[in-house]
Amino acid sequence: MSDQEISFFSRLALAFAAFWHAVTDPDFAAVVDRLLRGEPSAPKTEAVPPVSEPPLLRETTTDSALQLLGLLQQEGRLVDFLQEDVGAYSDADIGGAARVVHEGCRKTLLEHLRIEPVRQEDEGVRITLAEGFDASEIRLTGNVVGRPPFSGTLTHRGWRVSGVNLPRLTEGHAVQVLAPAEVEL
Amino acid sequence: MSEPRYSVGIDLGTTHCVLAYVDLESSDRDEVNQDVFGIPQLTAPGAVEMRLALPSFLYIAHPDELAPGDRSLPWDPEPRFVVGELARNLGARTPIRLVSSAKSWLCHPAVDRRGSILPLEAPEEIEQLSPLLVTTRYLEHLRDAWNQRFPQSPLAEQAVTLTVPASFDPAARELTAEAAAAAGLRGLILLEEPQAALYSWILASAGTWRKQVKVGDMILVVDLGGGTADLSLIAVTESDGALGLTRVAVGDHILLGGDNMDLALAHVVRVKLAAEGKQLEPWQLQALTHGCRAAKETLLTDPEAESVPVMVPSRGSRLVGGTLRTELTREEVATTLIEGFFPLVESSARPAVRARTALTKLGLPYAQDAAVTRHLAAFLARQLGATADLPGIEAVEGASFLHPTAVLFNGGVFKAGSLAERTLQALNTWLEAEDAPAARLLAGADLDLAVARGAAYYGYVRRGQGVRIRGGTAKSYYVGIESAMPAVPGMEPPIEAMCIAPFGMEEGTEAELPAREVGLVVGEPVRFRFFGSSVRREDRVGAVLEHWAQGELEELEEIEADLPAADRSPGEVVPVRLQAAVTEIGTLRLDAVSRGGDERWKVELNVRGEA
Repeated sequence: MSDQEISFFSRLALAFAAFWHAVTDPDFAAVVDRLLRGEPSAPKTEAVPPVSEPPLLRETTTDSALQLLGLLQQEGRLVDFLQEDVGAYSDADIGGAARVVHEGCRKTLLEHLRIEPVRQEDEGVRITLAEGFDASEIRLTGNVVGRPPFSGTLTHRGWRVSGVNLPRLTEGHAVQVLAPAEVEL
Repeated sequence: MSEPRYSVGIDLGTTHCVLAYVDLESSDRDEVNQDVFGIPQLTAPGAVEMRLALPSFLYIAHPDELAPGDRSLPWDPEPRFVVGELARNLGARTPIRLVSSAKSWLCHPAVDRRGSILPLEAPEEIEQLSPLLVTTRYLEHLRDAWNQRFPQSPLAEQAVTLTVPASFDPAARELTAEAAAAAGLRGLILLEEPQAALYSWILASAGTWRKQVKVGDMILVVDLGGGTADLSLIAVTESDGALGLTRVAVGDHILLGGDNMDLALAHVVRVKLAAEGKQLEPWQLQALTHGCRAAKETLLTDPEAESVPVMVPSRGSRLVGGTLRTELTREEVATTLIEGFFPLVESSARPAVRARTALTKLGLPYAQDAAVTRHLAAFLARQLGATADLPGIEAVEGASFLHPTAVLFNGGVFKAGSLAERTLQALNTWLEAEDAPAARLLAGADLDLAVARGAAYYGYVRRGQGVRIRGGTAKSYYVGIESAMPAVPGMEPPIEAMCIAPFGMEEGTEAELPAREVGLVVGEPVRFRFFGSSVRREDRVGAVLEHWAQGELEELEEIEADLPAADRSPGEVVPVRLQAAVTEIGTLRLDAVSRGGDERWKVELNVRGEA
């Protein structure tokens, strides 16, 4: 900033420009705010919008994932089924095995997870989403324009887990072993 | 011992154990604060999970079989035996290390229940356990699980009610109490399972049971569990102007239950597979039985289903190629289960008894006739006179069996509602033939958990809150005495039976001393034959029977008195009288009392078996 005084009209023009700039640019407004409160203006390097911090990505623990997979294998032979090349078999054979998988895995799910639909309505009916709906629970698709309330057809009810009840594991139990090899003596 | 905080009910079943409890502090009259305890147990190696039932299985693992720490429990880093769900799973593939049905062995008079005999056909190197010890282990598991959850109220200090089949003989009851004592349970009471089921029904009715029954009602309780069938008759009586309940009769010990039914279906399906040229290996039969149980429940509950697929998964990792598919049809369930186990027979039908061949392998004495309805008909006919001395119950003129007016079903078998309907149908056909009104169903029982719930409630009721079922012992007891007759070569001396405990002895009471004395030999054990009768209600102490009708007296295992040679010379014969008492716990106790009455010796009910 030079020591030379700025004329009234220049100041007026500056005020208008600052007004619009402050309204539209949050960073600029922050600088003005500091000036008005008598704090030293931020050094130039800081005025540059800071590089936004990389979003924090959680590492999920793999233990419970492996544990659940182990349970699905134990009760429902899920890993056996998925690891097998089903191309060579007839649909009847696959269907038979699918019953084993379905029955066992279903039992495991019911036992260890409380799963409920996100929306109670029947699929195919039209529903209305009020403003402030939870975007993590509801995914908008198709002609996504305008503002809420949104009205659309429920194509999938969604699933949500409201309770998890996995067995506790003893210290040092190897969860990587989904199914131990069996050797009959 | 401090005042208990909880009343705990333990259903020590042949196939499952369940524990329920009532919080005595927060319960009042019909407002009962009760719950079923989730029992932490190993469900897979290294995985501990809570389940409402603890499968009554014990597995003796090989030292190299499980990884270190894989059998840890929250309260024990290295238990010697695996108990519960994991035991059952491991045992399905390695049966030589599995102990099952310990409860049935506990009441098997032909074996030494304190002897290490289980698993029955274990190879030399596998440690064997006694039925008593296995029972103790199950109770210890429950105790440790409880103590971990309620460290302020250890199980030893709670009011514990342990259930036994109504048909358990005095020796089996005493062994059950002994197992509980070994597990450190004090303040213990025994309760018959059908009574517990009725208590549970009363509890569930939340006070409305008084409107559902009336004085003069005769309630038949049919308890069909995984391994045993247990029958009881409970009369609704009047006492001091209020409704009372009196247990008037219990049935014989019948080893017949839901497991037999699932196994029977599995055999049907196995034969069908064999006809298609597919032979099943023993381990596959296990999976097949499992599949048949689920299919049966579908077929018996869904009237639309004509057949349900049953799959036997391959053992190897190739699931699609190796899985056997078959199906169970409505027709097969109808012929095998409904006609096989619940045939509509006449009320005069009796269970078939085959002479056992001498060379039978030592095993459990399973019921020889699978028809539940025939066992029921026999029970009701035998108990025709059960209500003779009961005020308020009118004997029906010309009846050929005792007429129940209401039925309560219990046990997992009746989850298939059509089996309960079928049993009721058979009973009502008999009643109709004698112009008696149909028996009604007492609904609302929780089939799997009722016994434990009812037992916990009983502990609460005993503290003066609510109705108690009266009844006392359901048998009179006799000791066999050789009659004084000159010996005839080749002929056993005839035996007389002297009554020492009358019918209906209440807990905490003592029978009078019989007049007749018996001789005991100092320093050597003397055995007496021992009998029970569920129909001779009128015999007083000291009554001597010279002969009795077929089936009137049932021979129990022998009892044994052993006089220590303290102040007497060995071989001396001491005259004593035998006195019976029913303990507070609910077990029968026999004492040999010396002539002056100043010396007593305990008479053992559990004598080492002959096997």
